[in-house]
Amino acid sequence: MDICVKDGKIVEKVNERKAKIIDASGMIVMPGGVDIHSHIAGSEVNTGRLLRPEDHFKDVEAKTPLTRSGVGYSVPSTFTTGYRYARMGYTTVMNPAMPPLEARHTHEELDDTPMVDKATYPLLGDWWFVLEYLRDGMIEECARHVAWMISATKGYAIKLVNPGGLEAWGFGRNVRNIDDPVPHFNITPREIIRGLCKVNQILRMPHTIHVHTNNLGKPGNYLTALETMKCVENLSKGDRPIIHVTHCQFSAFKGSDWRTLESGAEEIAKYVNGHRHVTLDMGQVVFTDTTTMTADGPFQYILHQLSGNKWVNHDVETETSSGIVPFRYRRKSYVHATQWSIGLELALLIEDPWKIFLTTDHPNAAPFTTYPKIISWLMSQNARKKAIGKISRRARRKSLLPSIEREYSFYEIAIATRAGTAKCLGLKQKGHLGVGADADIAVYNLNPMQVDPSKKYMAVRRAFGKSAYTIKDGEIVARDGEILKSVDGRTFWVDVKLSSASDEVASDMKRRFREYWTVEYENYPVPEGYLTRSAPISVKAEI
Amino acid sequence: MKNNVITSVKNACAVGEAKFLNYSNHRRPKPLIRKNGELVEASLDKAIQKSAEILAGASYPILYGWSCTSCEAIRVGLELAEEIGGIIDNTSTICHGPSVLSIQDVGMASCTLGQLRHRADLIIYWGSNPWSAHPRHIDRYTAFSKGRFQPSAWRGYLSRLSATLTKKRLLRATSLILRRKISVPPEVDRSPSYALARKERKMIVVDVRRTRSAELADYFLRVEPNKDYELLQALRMLIRDEELDVDEVAGVPISVLEEIADVMVGCELGVLFFGVGLTMSQGKLRNVDAALSLVRDINQRTKFLIMPMRGHFNVTGADTVFTWQTGFPYAVDFSHGYPRYNPGETSVIDILCRGEADAGLIVASDPVAHFPREAVQNLVNNPLIVIDPHVSATSLTADVVIPSAFVGIETEGTAYRMDHVPLPLKKVVEPPEGCLPDTVILQRILHEVRKLKKREGEGN
Amino acid sequence: MPKLKVSLLTGRTISQGQGKEYGKLSEEYWRSVAVCEIDPEDMKRLEIKEGNNVKLTTGFGSAVVRAVKSSRGPHPGVVFIPYGPWANLLVNPRTHGTGMPSLKGLSAEIEPAPGEQVLSLEDLMKKHYKRE
Repeated sequence: MDICVKDGKIVEKVNERKAKIIDASGMIVMPGGVDIHSHIAGSEVNTGRLLRPEDHFKDVEAKTPLTRSGVGYSVPSTFTTGYRYARMGYTTVMNPAMPPLEARHTHEELDDTPMVDKATYPLLGDWWFVLEYLRDGMIEECARHVAWMISATKGYAIKLVNPGGLEAWGFGRNVRNIDDPVPHFNITPREIIRGLCKVNQILRMPHTIHVHTNNLGKPGNYLTALETMKCVENLSKGDRPIIHVTHCQFSAFKGSDWRTLESGAEEIAKYVNGHRHVTLDMGQVVFTDTTTMTADGPFQYILHQLSGNKWVNHDVETETSSGIVPFRYRRKSYVHATQWSIGLELALLIEDPWKIFLTTDHPNAAPFTTYPKIISWLMSQNARKKAIGKISRRARRKSLLPSIEREYSFYEIAIATRAGTAKCLGLKQKGHLGVGADADIAVYNLNPMQVDPSKKYMAVRRAFGKSAYTIKDGEIVARDGEILKSVDGRTFWVDVKLSSASDEVASDMKRRFREYWTVEYENYPVPEGYLTRSAPISVKAEI
Repeated sequence: MKNNVITSVKNACAVGEAKFLNYSNHRRPKPLIRKNGELVEASLDKAIQKSAEILAGASYPILYGWSCTSCEAIRVGLELAEEIGGIIDNTSTICHGPSVLSIQDVGMASCTLGQLRHRADLIIYWGSNPWSAHPRHIDRYTAFSKGRFQPSAWRGYLSRLSATLTKKRLLRATSLILRRKISVPPEVDRSPSYALARKERKMIVVDVRRTRSAELADYFLRVEPNKDYELLQALRMLIRDEELDVDEVAGVPISVLEEIADVMVGCELGVLFFGVGLTMSQGKLRNVDAALSLVRDINQRTKFLIMPMRGHFNVTGADTVFTWQTGFPYAVDFSHGYPRYNPGETSVIDILCRGEADAGLIVASDPVAHFPREAVQNLVNNPLIVIDPHVSATSLTADVVIPSAFVGIETEGTAYRMDHVPLPLKKVVEPPEGCLPDTVILQRILHEVRKLKKREGEGN
Repeated sequence: MPKLKVSLLTGRTISQGQGKEYGKLSEEYWRSVAVCEIDPEDMKRLEIKEGNNVKLTTGFGSAVVRAVKSSRGPHPGVVFIPYGPWANLLVNPRTHGTGMPSLKGLSAEIEPAPGEQVLSLEDLMKKHYKRE
């Protein structure tokens, strides 16, 4: 089977005499990887970089004639991030959390991240405008303002993190479950989630609402995850998913405290298997020293208290918060080993690969450079056996993994790392090799006819760690782990076209701006010229 | 504005106003190159060429400044530093560098300034004098601002002020009538006033001198020089309900400290702003350690936040750009081909005092005026290039001077506020002819440097 | 002549911040930066008046500046010189491994300097920073 590329797109045919031919026989050809959730740019990521010089010292990349220098390990500098993704055959990365007030910062960093196409999700679940309009039942007004915000921040999807909890954290508090009202605002997380889900539908956004659940990281929280998924069940229209629960591993804890912690993956998998309106991504833990960073201020504070590690907190006025804490996952820790097992259980127990995707919530559960390891665990029971033999004995006894025989096929891996994520994101030209797709292609040096991934999982790891070829927009940018050309990717954002007057929203925002924020209205929106390669996706809203 | 000249400025603080009204003073809009000991005018091309020669030929050049220019220019600067394998450092190194070091050790519980305007009911300025260094801070963001959950304390201040003035007037009137000086026992400012007990926003200032900011405060704590560490640690113990065995710490009686600790723990949301009073006195980063740890500990009891008072225009932006491109906030050494960071070794003052640098590029900064003498002596003994809108002490000793456009007045760019919020800077007037933005000048130097290196490589 | 042992602070002032926007060679800058703010009681002890010249000496150098009565008192034993080339003749360049020199809380000696002049910026630079 041949794939023809011309002018950056996959086409029916090309003039073979003039074309450059890549012989990929005996290798696997997949669309370029699409990472649906990875913290690579913005204020909390950069603070994570600042916080961890000790993490950088052990992992440096020298300058070459074609590439800029940089550092890793868990929070790499921007150039290094791009190069490392390209080496693994990834060509699109979604930055999942952007405080809207600091959108400019996120875009500046994304612009300095080469090799990949990218987009970012503004944090809207605690925005005062959202809380107020939803509390007053004004869904359409809320939708109009959200549309303004997405345009102003050049965002791609509506992100919720511990909805309601971050506003409570403004005064050091949190919400306890999805029906616990937010102090001062008289609205519950349930109402926020449902409200924004409706808004998402009204605006016809390409992706669903992207939700980091309440009570993340708390034993017993699998109930909150189920409640969250259930609370929007009746908003579902047809087969399309309407909610994406991200890094679900962190929200799948059963038990009442750290001692009685268990996996809730089975219950969650059961629910997801029986419903069509939900998609998830794993948030898989790998045993290593990494850095946690999320917008979930209260959760990050708890993590600091548990681990004693240094802690940065950054609350953003009117909108959201964030916290950063270095963290080491240890094999012999019962809790960490259980977390490791939960991620894999979720992926293996959910039957439809189009519903659960491979992520590590980089860098929260592990750096993205560990993806090849996780692929090998998904594809090989032997690999899992080897890993499980080294973990805490108690965790091993309780883990479901020894009883799970399922092994992902290459096809399913392609879904979990590119086809499924692209579809979930609504990126029509990504994640497939059909005619009209962007020519983002990864060739992996592995012959599926000769190599049994179940037995040769180390070969699988090596192949996915270093692509034989990475092609971006029709150009070979990496080969065998070496960057051949540095390219700038596009920044996708959603240009929501409202059918009714949107100037009203703008003048409303202008009037109230000074009350809410400490910057001027004119200085808030990010102009399109700011993005090196702006790639708006137009949608027509229902209103 | 009139005829491309700014005639008046509204809404800015005193420093900002001075900046906008005087940006055109003290400028020589032509590039200069030193020939036979004198600076003579030259073409921009020649100045750029000479700069490129100096930088490409150096083995350990320093590129310093960066805090008074845009993020876009800083990005080019980093690329240039990487290309020539030099050290790139910004003004954090003599300002809040130690704060950064401490944050890297301890972390920091912080926020954007709006959070404070809306929520903070206790504001502490420690070793910082916003009245002089950040003139609009108090009325925009803290005590005198109005927020969603907190009213302004301006009225309270005014009524206190009028009470004090009335008292003074009465004293003077009485002394005139009685024809002798009335002695009133001096105000013992050692016990917290009732003001700390009331519900509205309160402001506490801690400093070695009674600064102008202290005049505005509800309470002023005078600490002995170089004793901030002891005072911070004492407060830390008190908020953890531990007993102190001494009568006073750093010149402050324990009874007073106990009351302050109570106020801190009892507030709804408090903030501690700290200035270079902590970073520059004895202990340096350890003082900041203590402050960061104190605030972190209070979070167990109530919400408390901390923020360094960064000055220097876009120094926060410089740290931010450095960090995302290299992983490190300042004092970055590219001489091995990858970023290295070790303040004390790779920081500019130390390198200059050890005499290790052999060339310098100074962008939008005046180290000759602001560095200790020994560092300056070494700086001026090497080939020196200056890119700056103004004539400065450094440009007087330079070998190449390239005048640039003023960021935020004559050219646009991005800068970061002290709480990391990025803001766009606009172009308001045209720069003098021949004055290009820093980004353009640096790009051209980088281009020439690459040409020179290529030629050198081919020659081998 | 009376001498006092004091603690020297350097730092920002509003007029230094404004002065530098006027340009380093300006009269405004010199006027706001080549000064030393002294507690009024200390001035009495030194037998000097506002505007007299004083000489400060630390372990790292000495400088002559204009004495100014401090309105930020009382702070006996503490003197303040704004950031700038005059202050920098006196500060400690050693960073103790932190990258940051010691710019506040330095031990200094202060004495009246009636016969000496406060250097202009150009003269200061010629004297200390002449290129070799």
